Amino acid sequence: MKILVTVKEVATVEDEFEIDGTEIADQYLGADLNEWDDYAIEEAVQLQEDGIADEVVAVTIGPEDCEQTIRQALAKGADRAVRVWDDALEDVDLLDVNAKTEILSAVIEEEDPDLVLSGVQAGDDSFAATGVSVAENIGFQWGAVVNHLEHDLDDGVASVRRELEGGVEELTNIDLPAVLTIQTGINEPRYASLRGIRQAQQKPMDVKALADIGVDESTIETELELTDMYEPESESDATFWEGSAEETASELGELLRDKGVAQ
Amino acid sequence: MTDVLAVADHRRGELRDVSYEIITAGRQLADETGGDLHLAVISGTVDDFADKLNREGVDAIHTVSHGEEFNHDVYTQAVTQLYDELAPQYVLTPNSVNGLDYAPAIANQLDLPVVTDTIDLDNDGETLVATREMYGGKVETTNQLEGDAVVTIRGAEWPAAEGTGDAAIEAFDADIDEDAIGSTVNGFEEVGGGDVDISEADLLVSVGRGIEEEENLDLIRDLADALGATLSSSRPIVDNGWLPKNRQVGQSGKVVTPDVYIAIGISGAVQHVAGMKGSDTIVAINTDPNAPIMDIADYAIVDDLFDVVPELIEEFDE
Repeated sequence: MKILVTVKEVATVEDEFEIDGTEIADQYLGADLNEWDDYAIEEAVQLQEDGIADEVVAVTIGPEDCEQTIRQALAKGADRAVRVWDDALEDVDLLDVNAKTEILSAVIEEEDPDLVLSGVQAGDDSFAATGVSVAENIGFQWGAVVNHLEHDLDDGVASVRRELEGGVEELTNIDLPAVLTIQTGINEPRYASLRGIRQAQQKPMDVKALADIGVDESTIETELELTDMYEPESESDATFWEGSAEETASELGELLRDKGVAQ
Repeated sequence: MTDVLAVADHRRGELRDVSYEIITAGRQLADETGGDLHLAVISGTVDDFADKLNREGVDAIHTVSHGEEFNHDVYTQAVTQLYDELAPQYVLTPNSVNGLDYAPAIANQLDLPVVTDTIDLDNDGETLVATREMYGGKVETTNQLEGDAVVTIRGAEWPAAEGTGDAAIEAFDADIDEDAIGSTVNGFEEVGGGDVDISEADLLVSVGRGIEEEENLDLIRDLADALGATLSSSRPIVDNGWLPKNRQVGQSGKVVTPDVYIAIGISGAVQHVAGMKGSDTIVAINTDPNAPIMDIADYAIVDDLFDVVPELIEEFDE
């Protein structure tokens, strides 16, 4: 079977930062592979190692700059990658769920996988909606927030656990083809080996513009307009203990004794 | 149209808190648009649920009796049919695990934009301004939308609706296509029993991402031993396999209410806070004075945990 994994390079933000308009100023930003996608890649690669998947394809929407990050998926074992970018996406502040759905759906229809794995959410914009939206759009089944997948995939069914709130898991069977959104903790993502990193440079990364995948620019016009970004006001009324580590530890020790919870 | 259709959440026979909160959010929005608030409750003991949901501000409750538990295909079909029938401007759903399992599908099917995990909503009669967080809560953003939309709301951001309402309760005869149901829920399982019940502890020493390496956990274990405390953690520690699931505090883990909760190297993501905000006294040890954990801490030490924790151990080991 063929597995497609959607991956994204996300922006990471330093503890101290400044905002420039509706963006965080560049100098405070880093880039990393989206944490949730890392688990999705690992799950796909494990399915390949278990002899269930024949091919793992990583798909991303992003500019050329993100290639180094996306190659992490190849270094960890994905066979090839598809990167979609277009001048039309250059000036978009926030690519909304519908726009991402149109683009990813077009790639998935072209690739025709049996299973799509997607991170539950992206660490930057945190919509947590694209996987399910794509599934509905292309007529696949789906499951959101999956933290366990049985690897036998017997009779075209994925047996999954969905992580609900309050320490409860839902046991669900989902017909394939399907999109599963993968929760952190489902597996232990591997570090890319040096050999893997070397090999990743040789693996194919197809770059496609919107026209190449048959997506009209007008269909990806985002309806959600980002109008402001600001740091949330601190609501802290905590007592901040100041001083050396010895002094602050002593304050805490005193509190614990006062409360009678430590001797 | 200007009406609002909000969808309730329930599990294993119980309405979830967000079902009452979404009434408050929906009523506020309906007041701003000048419309009615419709509530949908789907599957399970819908008549019983409808009675409980009939609180102040609800104009109509539509019950869809089909199956016992949440199934996203049933919810998607029922809500899209209700949308066709009622033509509301906004469909509101909880930003719960189940909400995220059907709200994006409804939006796609109805060709509407979807905005998730909102913490504030404001409508001036034409434009919806949705407030949400990005970068793990480091910033808040406002997002404008014209026209109809599907919106999911974060739990515990709006107060629960109270009082008794006089909503019209009507059974909605949704035409559920069984052939279109592609997933089957086979049951539920509680996770994280095990050796220790962290929800029983009086003193929790809780550790997060700031611990950096698995080996460093020994330092926190030593602290717990020295204090006679119970060890717990935030999600990343459990995801890394460094502690078992029964130690996880948070939305998807355990809710704890100790006398004192010491959060060490925990930034305080909303999902974590949901599990520990009921602690009597909260102490945070973190290098970042702006970390969200500081907003709910009673006492804070802005310092390196690797400097403070050994001092604390020494104090109690003496």
